[in-house]
Amino acid sequence: MMAITREHELHKRRLGRNIGVSVVLLAFIFLVFGLTIAKVQRGGSVEAFDHTYRPGIDPAVRPLIGSGE
Amino acid sequence: MVVVARPTYLEGMMSDIRAEIAGGQAGTGEAGFGDYVQLLKPRVMSLVVFTALVGLLVAPVRLHPIEALAAIIFIALGAGASGALNMWWDADIDRLMKRTAKRPIPAGSIAPGEALGLGVALSGISVIMLGLAANWLAAGLLAFTIFFYAVVYTMWLKRSTPQNIVIGGAAGAFPPMIGWVVATGSVSLEAVLMFALIFMWTPPHFWALALFMNSDYSKAKVPMLTVTHGRRVTRAHIIAYTLALVPVAIGAGLTGIGGPVYLAVAVVLNAVFVLGAWRIWHRTEEAAGTDGYRVEKRFFTFSLAYLFCHFAAFLIEATPWAAALRAQFSFWGA
Repeated sequence: MMAITREHELHKRRLGRNIGVSVVLLAFIFLVFGLTIAKVQRGGSVEAFDHTYRPGIDPAVRPLIGSGE
Repeated sequence: MVVVARPTYLEGMMSDIRAEIAGGQAGTGEAGFGDYVQLLKPRVMSLVVFTALVGLLVAPVRLHPIEALAAIIFIALGAGASGALNMWWDADIDRLMKRTAKRPIPAGSIAPGEALGLGVALSGISVIMLGLAANWLAAGLLAFTIFFYAVVYTMWLKRSTPQNIVIGGAAGAFPPMIGWVVATGSVSLEAVLMFALIFMWTPPHFWALALFMNSDYSKAKVPMLTVTHGRRVTRAHIIAYTLALVPVAIGAGLTGIGGPVYLAVAVVLNAVFVLGAWRIWHRTEEAAGTDGYRVEKRFFTFSLAYLFCHFAAFLIEATPWAAALRAQFSFWGA
């Protein structure tokens, strides 16, 4: 019985540290996720790489659009 | 006849476990989460967060709040990493000084190798993440700051020259510049002046501390100016650096981050600071010893408020209310 009590105390002590590390890691994950959302929301440059032909960003076509031809 | 009972193997083992549970031994890995937080020097980190945040908020470019939050967190993490590396290297002298003897490594709760590992890992993470979250100039400045504090100041200057805190002060001066670069992507006069304000403030701040903590530094053989040249010379240095600080503090008020509010605050604070330095310069060791270095301690405490209030004034100048006020003056309004 004595040994179990001792071990339990030791584990409890480690539990505090492990919870602390878990909280830090979770916060880091949420931060990177939030950062990704913020960057994507703002990212105008992402538009150029969506694998779809967009006349609006084609240098050869853009002058024609502007002239109304 | 006195019979001393020899402890059994089991009793010995239980005693080891008890000692381990009670205090934590060096290298056992039994440190609590709080010990790791202490390793990152949270008080220094709070100053870094505040000044970096001011640098970021007073910049003329607005960031997404999440990007700003992430940048501040990674700058703070970089500061913490350099704190851990500093504690790893200085563990031997920290043990000798009353002020630092309870730090996690000398106290035995964290092994030196663990502090080194944490410091190196957090340095890498903070620099790379700041580069990805903001820009690579800010990340480069953060990397240089960590290098400057951990290698140039801690490993080289601190134990070799009484000018240690003068040059080493640059490490503590970079955060507002990094904050500014996070927002704008470049270094400008305003960023340089915020850097210079902390850089010039550091020597009088630390030398005032050294005047009344001299025995600690002597014991650890750290060549602070008070140890190598004595208190008289240190007092003269405090007034000289305080006078040199005044034009920097006032000059910042004439740039884009300044204004009438900042200027008024700076004039009052600098007048009080110069007066304090003047009193320190004129004091004899007998007088200081008699009242337990009262003037020096007050100057040291005031120096913290001095820096905080200057940066708080920068922040006030960034508000719409202060912008409207600034527009009334042709100098800033133009």
